[in-house]
Amino acid sequence: MSILIDKNTRLLVQGITGNEGLFHTERMAAYGTNIVAGVTPGKGGEWVLDGKIPVFDSVRIAVEARGANTSVIFVPARFATDAIFEAADAGIALIVCITEGVPVQDMMKVRNYLDQKHVRLVGPNCPGLLTPGESKVGIIPGDIAIQGNVGVVSRSGTLTYEVLYALKEVGVGASTCVGIGGDPINGTNFIDVLGMFEADPHTEKVVLIGEIGGSDEEKAAEFIADHMTKPVAAFIAGRTAPPGKRMGHAGAIVEGGSGLAADKIEAFKAVGVPVADTPEEIPALLTG
Amino acid sequence: MKLHEYQSKQIFAKHGIPIPKGRVAATANEAKAIAEELGGRVVIKSQVLVGGRGKAGGIRLAKSPDEAEDVAAAILTMELKGLPVRKVLVDEAANIDSEIYLGITNDRAARKPVMIASSEGGVDIEETARENPKAIVRIHIDPLLGLRDYQSRDLAAGIDLPREHWRAFAGIARGLWQAYKSSDANLAEINPLVIADKRLLAVDGKMVIDDNALFRHPDLNEMRDLDVEVEAETEARKYGLSFIKLEGEIGCMVNGAGLAMTTMDIIKLYGGEPANFLDIGGGAGAEKVAAALRIILGDSNVKAVLINIFGGITRGDEVARGILEALQTFNSNIPMIARLVGTKAAEGRQILADAQMITAESLSDAAQKAVKAAKGA
Repeated sequence: MSILIDKNTRLLVQGITGNEGLFHTERMAAYGTNIVAGVTPGKGGEWVLDGKIPVFDSVRIAVEARGANTSVIFVPARFATDAIFEAADAGIALIVCITEGVPVQDMMKVRNYLDQKHVRLVGPNCPGLLTPGESKVGIIPGDIAIQGNVGVVSRSGTLTYEVLYALKEVGVGASTCVGIGGDPINGTNFIDVLGMFEADPHTEKVVLIGEIGGSDEEKAAEFIADHMTKPVAAFIAGRTAPPGKRMGHAGAIVEGGSGLAADKIEAFKAVGVPVADTPEEIPALLTG
Repeated sequence: MKLHEYQSKQIFAKHGIPIPKGRVAATANEAKAIAEELGGRVVIKSQVLVGGRGKAGGIRLAKSPDEAEDVAAAILTMELKGLPVRKVLVDEAANIDSEIYLGITNDRAARKPVMIASSEGGVDIEETARENPKAIVRIHIDPLLGLRDYQSRDLAAGIDLPREHWRAFAGIARGLWQAYKSSDANLAEINPLVIADKRLLAVDGKMVIDDNALFRHPDLNEMRDLDVEVEAETEARKYGLSFIKLEGEIGCMVNGAGLAMTTMDIIKLYGGEPANFLDIGGGAGAEKVAAALRIILGDSNVKAVLINIFGGITRGDEVARGILEALQTFNSNIPMIARLVGTKAAEGRQILADAQMITAESLSDAAQKAVKAAKGA
């Protein structure tokens, strides 16, 4: 009952011996994610988590030895681009990059390269993926969501948690939650994920969480009108954001009068997608 | 991060783009000396990171070194859109026959750099896009391959540039691509690129550098002009905090950019005005949180503070300790409303409850309490 990750996910953690990498490896493992290997160049041969997870020097060696099919990246921004290329070249089909602060020109190279190789990247600058009860790849706190039939896709991190939490409070669960990240150029966008949710038999409804900057929400609205049969509810952050300022996320900026929250809200309403005023309102929009 | 005109043009020149002879001056005397060196007419241009310098009187012609001194003295005492003029660029004046536009920026939707040329130079490209979109030609550049020469020719032909200038134009386009690429720019723009005495010349230039790439450009990082940001924003950057000052009365400390924007939006929804955007980021430890609170409380407009932390990377107990640590160094009686949820949130809430802080369950509840506290103060 999910997209992208499930019980069959065999996860590799790039940057597993770093602070954040190790902290979240523990949490992912505790959640039940099948973590088969870690990579930190120069630390091959070590083990983490009380000798449960072997560390390798490269993704290629880790894949050969342990058959990983998904990778999550926790390495610092200056090394993240290389980590993505390394995973793609080692045959990893799904790469989830948590790292924030990857230069945008690097991401343009990454995206154009991965498109040619048909490798899926989620992120960067994202919280990752959660299929409640099955697998957690990234940093979304596992206990804030329960299994269910609502697909969640978001450009944000903590705002996504807010929505998962609001759903759980009223007993509504998620099929999969996908954090696509807050950068202007990322690996996976709204319409990619909407298409997957539409095709997933266990997803019945979808929540989309967008924000100011770019035009991905407008494209999502068009896609929903043309291709989706399942109901979608939306939330857009940044109604009070001043123009010309980057609101934390590299991609959250109103430039030259485009990327406004009001335009995105209007685009959704025009195709019959209800837009919540607060994250707490979303559960009511889904049942209403 | 925006670069000044003179900085941008120096980078352009390094990549073979012809720019007018000239130098930057911080005093009227220096401006006079530069004008003497150059001989003839010069243009005195204020170096301030705002648009519309010309219309505001910040760009003026001088026919002699003495006049250059007077003009520079006048411009150096100006303020343009609230920013002081600290430097002027003294450039040789060009005999301009015609003006075009050439720029490169990131096309988010196409996920590629886009090079834009227009037969209408000297005006804002967004204005041309609205008023006369036919004057604009765009080509996308494959980031893995770089700019191809045929693409430059296509641009030159597209804006009806006379054929005798195509070769020089291709050289400038290549230089601009190199400048954009090697500086990790989000924008590199020559406006106008002029034809003067049958030569192409980059008379004005602008670059915006990707903040996320500054780690590999320490030289560019040095060029940051701190006049364009308020002091608190400079201070916040030191601690790795993302902070934007606003005009309202409710200070916000939130983890995560999306949630920080949402917190601002909900404050407004319940009749308040946010005093700032502040994202303490992921994995924020006690020291960072303390710095964030100091910065928020440093704004005298702030009448209440809303702390909204949803724990993922950030741990609730660390946030709580940071808040208490900051309060010890900052004797403040501004009411604070805290809402912690997520990783180690229960521990964090307990720490704050023990310290007599107002806590809230939901975001709406927190926002309403903050608006009420700000109005009561």
